[in-house]
Parts: sequence; C-alpha cells; structure tokens
Amino acid sequence: MPKLHVTTTINGEPMEFLCEPDNTMLDALRNDLGLTGSKEGCATGDCGACSIMLDGRLVCSCLMLAAEAEGHEIGTIEGMSQGGRLNSLQQKFLEQAALQCGICTSGMLIASEALLKKNPNPSEQEVRFWLAGNLCRCTGYDKIVRAVLEAAAELREARP
Amino acid sequence: MNAFTPNKWIGQRTIRPDGVDKVTGRAAFAADTTMPGMIWGKILRSPHPHARIRKIDTSKAEQLPGVKAVITARDVVDFPLDKSVMLGIQDMRWMCRNVMARENALFPGHPVAAVAATTEAIAAQACALIDVDYEVLPWSIEIDDALKPDAPILHEFNTFEDKPSNITGKQEVKKGDIAAGFAKAEVIVERSFATRPVHQGYIEPHACLVSVTADGKATIWSSSQGQFMVRAMTAYLSGIPQSDIRAIPAEIGGGFGGKTIVYLEPLATLLAKKSGRPVKMVMTREEVMRATGPTSGSKSTVKMGAMKDGTIVAAQGTFYLQAGAFPGSPIRGAVGCSFTPYDIPNVLSTGYDVCSNRSKVAAYRAPGAPIGAYAVECVLDELAEALKIDPLELRLKNAAKEGTKAAFGPTFPRIGFVETLQAAKGHPHYSAPLGKLQGRGVASGFWFNAGGESSAQVNITEDGNVVVTTGHPDIGGSRAAIANICAELLGIDYRRVSVIIGDTQTVGFSNLTGGSRVLFASSMVVTQATETIIGTLRERAAKIWEIDPEAVKWENGAAHPASPNAGQFAPLTLAELASKANAMGGPIGAGVQLNTQGAEGGFGTHICDVEVDVELGIARVIRYTAVQDVGRAIHPGYVEGQLQGGVAQGIGWALNEEYIYTRDGKVDNPGFLDYRMPVCSDLPMIDCVLVEVPNPKHPQGVKGVGEVPLVPVLSAVANAIHNALGKRFYSLPMSPPKVLEKLDAPVQQAAE
Repeated sequence: MPKLHVTTTINGEPMEFLCEPDNTMLDALRNDLGLTGSKEGCATGDCGACSIMLDGRLVCSCLMLAAEAEGHEIGTIEGMSQGGRLNSLQQKFLEQAALQCGICTSGMLIASEALLKKNPNPSEQEVRFWLAGNLCRCTGYDKIVRAVLEAAAELREARP
Repeated sequence: MNAFTPNKWIGQRTIRPDGVDKVTGRAAFAADTTMPGMIWGKILRSPHPHARIRKIDTSKAEQLPGVKAVITARDVVDFPLDKSVMLGIQDMRWMCRNVMARENALFPGHPVAAVAATTEAIAAQACALIDVDYEVLPWSIEIDDALKPDAPILHEFNTFEDKPSNITGKQEVKKGDIAAGFAKAEVIVERSFATRPVHQGYIEPHACLVSVTADGKATIWSSSQGQFMVRAMTAYLSGIPQSDIRAIPAEIGGGFGGKTIVYLEPLATLLAKKSGRPVKMVMTREEVMRATGPTSGSKSTVKMGAMKDGTIVAAQGTFYLQAGAFPGSPIRGAVGCSFTPYDIPNVLSTGYDVCSNRSKVAAYRAPGAPIGAYAVECVLDELAEALKIDPLELRLKNAAKEGTKAAFGPTFPRIGFVETLQAAKGHPHYSAPLGKLQGRGVASGFWFNAGGESSAQVNITEDGNVVVTTGHPDIGGSRAAIANICAELLGIDYRRVSVIIGDTQTVGFSNLTGGSRVLFASSMVVTQATETIIGTLRERAAKIWEIDPEAVKWENGAAHPASPNAGQFAPLTLAELASKANAMGGPIGAGVQLNTQGAEGGFGTHICDVEVDVELGIARVIRYTAVQDVGRAIHPGYVEGQLQGGVAQGIGWALNEEYIYTRDGKVDNPGFLDYRMPVCSDLPMIDCVLVEVPNPKHPQGVKGVGEVPLVPVLSAVANAIHNALGKRFYSLPMSPPKVLEKLDAPVQQAAE
C-alpha cells in the first residue's frame, strides 16, 4: 500500500510527512519527524508518556493515527519552551526536583500545561485527578503536584 | 563572579545538570537513538510455560524480503551446565539461557529466536514464519506447586536433599540458640504470609541500538543500570572481546533493579554482526511484563518470642522465594535484612530459592527485604498488641544500635535507627486523631547498601571550569549530588561543574547502579580526585609565588597564602591557574579508581494512615510519613524523591500490584491497565523526615538511600488496615476483592 501524505502544523510550524496507514502519531513524531521527546511507555494509552496537544486538546499520541494529523495543529514537548527560555512549569519541575529518570516528564509537562490552560487555579485534588493518566514510577508524584501548583500560582501572579 | 563568596553546596537543592534536557524533550534515551542504515530487531517468544525445543526451522523467515538476519540459541555462546561462570551476582549459565532458550523454553515469553529486518513490521512477520517444534511439558508457577513431590523439575541436574528439586538454593543466618530463646519467651506469635510477584514497573521499556562494524567493533547504546555490565555480558554471550565493545549509557527511564541484567543487547549485537547493519530493538510493554523482572512471589513463616516487658528473645523466619525460570531469587535480602533492625539474641532465618515456570526474577529495590519485612513487621505489630505496648515503643526497646551484632555478620558502628523511631514517635502524624474506618500502622526496615568499584575523572577546563566523568548511570539525580560535592570542595559555583556519565571506553570500571551504591561510591572517588586537583592547584600557586606549597591554602575557589608569614599575594583563582596551566606544568586533572568500602546499611521507620471504603473494599492511603537515617542529604530534594518513590512503589505492592496468571500459565495482566500501579490520584503527599547520622566511613557521611524506603511500606500499610478494620491480611495485595471478602467473612479470627 502506498504511503499517505500528511500536511499538518507541529509546534506552530507547517510540516509534511509520509506514513503507513497504521502508523500512530507517536510513530510519526519519533521515527519520521525526529521529535523523540514524546515517549512510548505502553502504546495502549495507559501511561501518558506520549501526551501531545491536538488542536488544544490533550491526547495520547499512541492512540492517534498519524494520518489523523492532516489539517490539524499538534503541540509537543519540543514546542514548550519559546525562544530558548523555559516556561514556568518546566522551571518549577527543575526547582522542585519533580523528575528523576525523566521518561514521564514530557507527558507530565504537556498534561500539566493543558490543565493550567483550562483551570488556572487548580486544587491539589484537581491536579491529582487530571494527572491520573500520566504514570510516574520514580517520584511518588508528590513533587510533581507541588511543581504544578507552584507554576499555577506564578502564572496567576504574572497575569494582569 | 566573586571568588570570595562562600560556596556551600552540600545540602542545597540545586538544579540537576541533566534537568533542562529532560524538561525540553531533548534527553536521549535508548529508544531515541538512530543510525544511518539502521534496521529493526524482533524476538520470537515461546507461548508455552514449559517445553522442550526439538527443532527450529528459520528458513522461511530468512527468505522473506527485507529480512537481514535470523538468530537462535546456536548463535549465542553456550555456557555448559556443569560449570558456573559468575559475573557479579549473575551466573552466565542462566544468563545465556535466559536471553535465548537453549534446551528448553521455561516460561511464556522466553525468547527462542530473533530476527532483524528493514522494518519492525517485516521483522514481526518473519518471526511468525519461524517454525518451532515444541514438546510441551508439565509446568508449575506457584511455589506450592513447584515444591510438590511430582512437580515438573525445571533443571534436572539440580538436587536438594539428594533428590531432583526445584529448590535451587538455601541460605541461613543464625545467631544464638533459637530453641533456648523460644523456651524462655513468655509471649510467642507465629504467622504465615504470602506475597505475589510484582514488577519494577519502569515506564521506559528495555531498548538498545547496536552497531557492529566490519572489523568486529561494537557500539551499544542502551538503557541499563550499568554500561560495564552490558559490555561484560554482551562480550560473554557474543564472543566479542570487551575491548571491542563500547557500551554507551543512554539516559535510563527507570530501572529499580530491573535493568541490572541484559535481555536485548547480546541479541542485537549478534543480529548486527550477522546482518552488517545497525540494529535497534525496543520491547513492547507486554514483552516487558511477560519476559523481564519481576521480583519474587513468596511465602514465609515468622515466629517471634518476647518477655512480658517487651524484650524480644527469639526470632525465626522461613522464606520461600520464587526465582522464576533460573536460580537466583533474592533470599539474601529476605534472610539477612528482616530481623536486622532489632537486637535479638537468638535468631534463625532461612531462605529457599524456588524455580518455577515464570520469567527469571530481576532485582527490585532492596531485593527480598520488603518481602521479609512484611512478615516480620506484621508479627511485631501483633506482638505489640499482645503485650499491650505501643508498637514504636516495642521497636525502641529492641532497636539495634552502635555495637549491636547483626545476625548476618557485622557489628554496627554509629547508626541512626533509634533516631528514626524517636522522630516517628515525636512526629505530629503519630498523635493526630483518626476518623471512622481510618487506621494507623508503623513499620521499620533495613537494607544492606553497597559500595564496590567506582571510577571518576575530574578535569579542569582551559577556562577554569570543571568536568566530572563518572561511570554509574544516573537514575535518581546522582549527577546533581556529585556537582554539589565537587563544587563545595573546590569552593566554586555548582553551575561551573559539569557532570557526565562516561561510556565503557572513556571512564574506568564502575559497578552497576544498584545496591544504593552510586552516590556513596562515586562521591568517594570524586572527592579523592578533587582533593588531588586542589593539591595541584596549590603547588601551581606556590610555584608562581615562589613559596612552599604547604604555605598555600585553597579557599572559595582560589589559592591564598596560608598565613601572613607566607607573604602578601593576591589570590589566584581557579580560572587564573587554569589559564597558566600549560606554562606551569600541564593540564590539570585527576582520575581515581577504587573498590569502595564502608557502605553502612540504612534504616527507616514509616507511619501510614489508611481509610477503608467498606462498600467498595478500597483501602486508600490518606497520610504517609517516611523517616530515614540518610547519613547526609547531599541534595535533599532527590533524597526525598527516593523516599517518596519507594513509598509509592510499596503502596502499589501492598494494595494492588500482582501478577495474575491464566489457567494455561500465562500472565493475564501484561499491561498498565490491568497491572495497577499507583496513579497520581491514588496517593497523598508523602512526608519525609531526613535523619542525618553521618556515615563515619565516608568523607561526606553519605549512606545509600534508594532502597530502604521500599522495605517497611508493605507492613506499614498492612498494620494500618488492621488498625482500621480490626482484621489482618496475611497475603498481598490487599486489593478491593480481597478486602471485601474479608469484610464479609464472619468475625472469628479476632480471638485466635
């Protein structure tokens, strides 16, 4: 079967790629586009390490076909820091020691950013339930939750 | 920067050197690496729990367009069964058969062949074309089944008590006279316990990329807890000399012990050699769950006797641990650690290593110790109840301290176990009120900790900054701690110290990241190397000033005259001395290689609160405090991270995680949906109390901290559930169906 041609936008840049019909978006990102920041932990949508944004909505890229990116806007971890500067969440993750091995970190950051866009003032419980789809085996989540709450507070302060 | 600012970094929560790469998606894990001309490897795995392999026909697979190489056990170097060849704690006879089944396939998921092809899809298609002629054999998975008189024997050459047996090892730790001890005891509690196999659960599946060039030189990028282990095992199993294998440690996405052995690297190396192409192999989650790790399931019996005043006089434990397909379950941890927090005059602790048709166990955070502590610390709870003594008070009364001789051998130097108990007892958590259907449990734990081989090279750059290369993969933040120590010794900003993990051909031999050894061992060699460099810097300054090196001191990143008598000289900073290095004798740097000694064991005491939903049978941990003697917290953030991560894994083990098998002997829950690890909404914040009793045998007082925090958790949770419900669980996990069953059972055991 011939490959499919996909035209899409990734991290604000127009992109084109070829894919097999059964390739996932995660395959395309990692193997064809060189965007290996999104990780494969399970390929079944259980671990969240492959989290990306699709038209502003949080999705597992392992559960999305690459061909479905046609005409849509994708956001990945590689697009999170702008102009070489870390955003508040990235900075708080570093300050709070909210990562150990780092394999879940991309997905955690993408999911956390999606939360704060929706809810700039989440409670601890809201953070915990929102991030329940992102597995971390190293940290026990404590410092991740703290980093997200701190970043939220900082972002609220920065807003007029 | 101001060279006279005091630079005290030990104990500071600095930003980890690898942090920015990890929050921007740039950190290169093994599966992120590619090479020109790269092809993909896939493994064909046995569907049977136990089968003799009569014949393997790979001809159809080899003819499939796109297939570049096919290998079977014939391609792997054989280690005959009659002669043991040890590499660390691993026996190469088992490793060679674990990476590729030789005579028999011993568990569902056991590799029988591997293929490399131009795409993953073609490789998978080729695996399906391999024809394996199996003679299916009877099998057993559970310990009780493997010990039955008519149980199928996995390794026929093995005998126990002069009969062929699945018991492939026994270990005993003794102290005093156990019979006399129990004869004297006024109160005795004896109980039996069972735990299920649980997986380490790292989020990153095993992965590697291997290139073997036409002149036979191999380069391996892989996710492991030890690039030197990868090199040595691959050399053994492929026949390539170690000097021709460069094993490059990729960032590792979690290991917890499970990446201390190889699965893919030797196969990818053989496929790369045969095909002439770089080969990438990445496991699926299902392969990880079926064929790697987990740790042992267990059954154990613990009996403890005490005087009415709470003095424990005798303790006996018998621990059976599932090894899986090959010998090597962590009986040492169960036997050696379980009673060690306590000063007990009469101890007998025995462990049995039991093979069965399940994947070979791999190390899991304090291997064996949580299993032993689960039994011992639950019995202690019952003993405290019987004696009407506060459970922490009972532990305090019997606590090991400086001078206590542990049953497994050593006599303790200054240790901080008592301090952990006192801190727990005085913690507001311990006296906080509990609500309805809530309960509180406590438990303690011990882990040996390890030292061993470590190497480091510290170099001063031409512009006066520092590069430190060590040889242990960094999982939990060891690079950050090394930067803190090196910067403090040199008296410079920690951001001027770059810490990297070298590959096997650029840094000296360094043992696995395991046994909680990494910071203990690597900070010892980094300290020695940095001190050598400071000596050189003082000599260089002395030469410039034309005074005696003894008259020069190093302070806040610069050489100073040691006293006014030495003369009046403006300080020479690290940058100034570095710029003059070549004129004054050459580049500045030092390498140190040591077999480090003096890694003292670690102790922790935990407090856990649970609330039980009696409608759904869900036990939730609602508050948790982990107290641990950490020696010295070089980077408190990552020390707390170790405690919090260990506690989370223990809560999973206690409440939900387990391998479930189908009737035909296969793992029925090989994915994260059904193998239920704790998610963010399952857990509360995990409070940490870092007790710092410095290790007298380490320059900074460091003790290993990574494994202790898993040891007490299973029993702390079990004791809390008992406290909440008045009912005790003697098997894990305490999952909703089991809790409901217990709640529905008539109340009859209370007076037992």
